[in-house]
Amino acid sequence: MSIAWNAFTPASALIGGAIIGAAAALFVVLNGRIAGVSGILGGLARPQAGDISWRVAFVLGLVAAPIAWGLLAALPEIRVDTSYPVLVAAGLLVGVGTRYGGGCTSGHGVCGVSRASPRSVAATLAFMAAGFATVYVVRHMIGS
Amino acid sequence: MYTAASFAAGFVFGLGLLVSGMANPAKVLGFLDLAGAWDPSLALVMAGAVAVGAAAFAFMKERKRTLLGAPVLLPSPRRIDRRLVLGSLVFGVGWGLAGICPGPALVLAGTGSAKGLIFLAAMIAGNRVFEFLEKRKRPVAAPAPHA
Repeated sequence: MSIAWNAFTPASALIGGAIIGAAAALFVVLNGRIAGVSGILGGLARPQAGDISWRVAFVLGLVAAPIAWGLLAALPEIRVDTSYPVLVAAGLLVGVGTRYGGGCTSGHGVCGVSRASPRSVAATLAFMAAGFATVYVVRHMIGS
Repeated sequence: MYTAASFAAGFVFGLGLLVSGMANPAKVLGFLDLAGAWDPSLALVMAGAVAVGAAAFAFMKERKRTLLGAPVLLPSPRRIDRRLVLGSLVFGVGWGLAGICPGPALVLAGTGSAKGLIFLAAMIAGNRVFEFLEKRKRPVAAPAPHA
């Protein structure tokens, strides 16, 4: 392992992380819920009366953030090198896996770890480990 | 008010993803590439988020109502089962393939990125596959406990 000091952005990572934490805080303090994106979006796959508008609003908030940002300033660098077929496979796996696992990086990784939920800590370790292993296989076994 | 607060939380979340660099899949993959030139940024994003989040969840711990008077609906299951672990492993493989998880997928879609929109469409299709499989297993399945 070698640290990519030129890519490492500690200040913006910590500040951006704190903003993400503030969003999760806002959501639990006002709405009383876990800010888990996969669960909020996934709940719309089988919509139930009275349970739709807050989900749509949260999703629209996420979509609106880069739009509002773009109106005021240039968006930060966003690079997707993954090919279309792999993106489709990845999206399907994320869509199925997060629902079975009951959460993703936000619900388990941020909110669940914040409240020291043993389920969320286990889920976070599992998806991190699978992510590390997948990138290792793709970049260092297949890609090399 | 409740819906407006929900929009605000999603909006702030999206800004945090942009500021932190986590809306950039290349940067997320830089974190997941332990054997390459490793970018530790994601770990600091988590640290920053958990530091603020933990304070908020501690504040809400004994409360039954939110500041808006809404009921507090936090998941209580503690059991680590096969479904949780296997689902999270499958999610991790998908995350490692593209460097995109559900929050950034929505932010990417908001930038109008074609690749972001394709990923989001596939992810929503994955949600439907889950609902289909659940319905076949148990006709009146309860929604999966979240987080």
